[in-house]
Amino acid sequence: MSKARTSPIRAGFVHLALGAYTVIAIFPVFLTIVNSFKDRGSIFRSPLQLPGPSSFSLVGYETVLKQGDFVGYFTNSLTVTCVSIFLVLLFGAMAAFALSEYRFKGNALMGLYLSLGIMIPIRLGTVAILQGMVATGLVNTLTALVLVYTAQGLPLAVFILSEFMRTVSDDLKNAGRIDGLSEYAIFFRLVLPLVRPAMATVAVFTMIPIWNDLWFPLILAPAEATKTITLGSQVFIGQFVTDWNAVLSALSLAIFPVLVLYMIFSRQLIRGITSGAVK
Amino acid sequence: MGALQLQNIRKTFGAHEVLKGIDLDVKDGEFVIFVGPSGCGKSTLLRVIAGLEDASTGSIRIDGDEVATVPPAKRGIAMVFQSYALYPHLTVKDNMGLGLKQAGTEKAEIERRVAKASAMLSLEPYLARRPSELSGGQRQRVAIGRAIVREPKLFLFDEPLSNLDAALRVQTRLEIAKLHRELKATMIYVTHDQVEAMTLADKIVVLSAGAIEQVGSPMELYNRPANLFVAGFIGSPQMNFIEGGRLGESVATVGIRPEHISLSRDSGEWKGKAVHVEHLGADTIVYLETEAAGLVTVRLFGEHHVNPDDIVYATPDATQMHRFDAAGKAIR
Repeated sequence: MSKARTSPIRAGFVHLALGAYTVIAIFPVFLTIVNSFKDRGSIFRSPLQLPGPSSFSLVGYETVLKQGDFVGYFTNSLTVTCVSIFLVLLFGAMAAFALSEYRFKGNALMGLYLSLGIMIPIRLGTVAILQGMVATGLVNTLTALVLVYTAQGLPLAVFILSEFMRTVSDDLKNAGRIDGLSEYAIFFRLVLPLVRPAMATVAVFTMIPIWNDLWFPLILAPAEATKTITLGSQVFIGQFVTDWNAVLSALSLAIFPVLVLYMIFSRQLIRGITSGAVK
Repeated sequence: MGALQLQNIRKTFGAHEVLKGIDLDVKDGEFVIFVGPSGCGKSTLLRVIAGLEDASTGSIRIDGDEVATVPPAKRGIAMVFQSYALYPHLTVKDNMGLGLKQAGTEKAEIERRVAKASAMLSLEPYLARRPSELSGGQRQRVAIGRAIVREPKLFLFDEPLSNLDAALRVQTRLEIAKLHRELKATMIYVTHDQVEAMTLADKIVVLSAGAIEQVGSPMELYNRPANLFVAGFIGSPQMNFIEGGRLGESVATVGIRPEHISLSRDSGEWKGKAVHVEHLGADTIVYLETEAAGLVTVRLFGEHHVNPDDIVYATPDATQMHRFDAAGKAIR
């Protein structure tokens, strides 16, 4: 056993650094959740205090559930996020497979073109996107959001997945070809299961900006029926008065679905890594 | 009609010509081995036969049918890969049966063939396991079983033993030889290991830089190499090549295998000093720096007590000398 591994001081410093980072990262979330259970007065008087018998209040949650269609906003956010992730993973993986598997003219150029989107923020094209959506009558539909988010997520997905797909053994794909599997069967049944950890990584990277986005819902789908949760929470933020109880409660509620999705993907991610390690 | 006929197979990647016109006839039931150094095109040739790569020009006939445009699955071939290439998510049984299932074979027939192949390879206890639960040797047996159940016209092996350790390699080699006797199938086998080639093949095809150097039975290649390349490639340790002029011969190069030189303490044709001695138990390999012939390798059978710096005399067996002209071709 190496000395470095057993040294308690070294391990202590590592844990200290990790612990400090965890505290910094979790603090805003913690503050949001704690304050969502307090009445308005104690939020401002003592924002760092845990809710006690005198300050405990569910008024924020009551407001959130009474005002507006919060369940509807949740469903909208979930629908948009899930459908977008699905499309990004499907099309991203297919493009990555084609780029890494087949030799054709302009292959490298095509790969470069597809990953160009990583460097150019999609928001620069907002005006053109809006004009397009108006022309096709897609304004105020969830389809508009799904289309935009799929386009936004694809470059990174193609980039990461094509790198991973290059590592899948050629022999395995060739064995499939000799056994009479179609190219689709090779893709779905041999290659995809092997790049699952990469798929999970891409899913996490894609999911969070979509769930948290305020820009496109505000511009493309601000109607009551298509509001997402981030846009729905804005109801409580006014120019002169902000209902902090309601805002904090809405945000606390909004954290959970994305946390659940993250946990699903991260378990895949860890499973993929460990199964690769012991081979 | 032969089981496989190749005519003028050429393959280019960009400007680089990997196969430079290969012509080959393989008879039914023959065990043919492609052997050559890395990058000589032997694996590419195998993939062209399998249909995993398209030849740039040329014709490939399997059992008399032209297959250049037929997809791999319909060529009546089966292939065993160096890295086993088992499907990680399927059990051993499903791994073996997948090809048949894809071809629409009846379930009972698949069962029968899988049972037969697994009995042949003693894989019965592992049928329900996944590849990750098997050892390297077992995995390679499954890969061979997957080839057997297809009952192909042609077996293709792509360096199947390279990933196994030495003991297992010998054992699996014996199994493949036994399999060839039992199935009487045509097999094509790629390797860079000349021992595998010599022990398994009915016919060896020596390739170098995308062209065939010589085709023949193992003993033909050993006894009558067609050129310097084959003479140097077949046999271990390598044949000694000596400039013809040094020995007073009119040919460009004279070759003599290490095992065809005898050694004596007191008299012989070439006087030399031992530079290095390797004791292998069954053999003793002596590297001699001689005045007449330069550095010569001598292989003696059994144990011999020669030490470095000893002065000894070497005598080549005149009947076993090979002579080559300036272009490297054997003179017969």
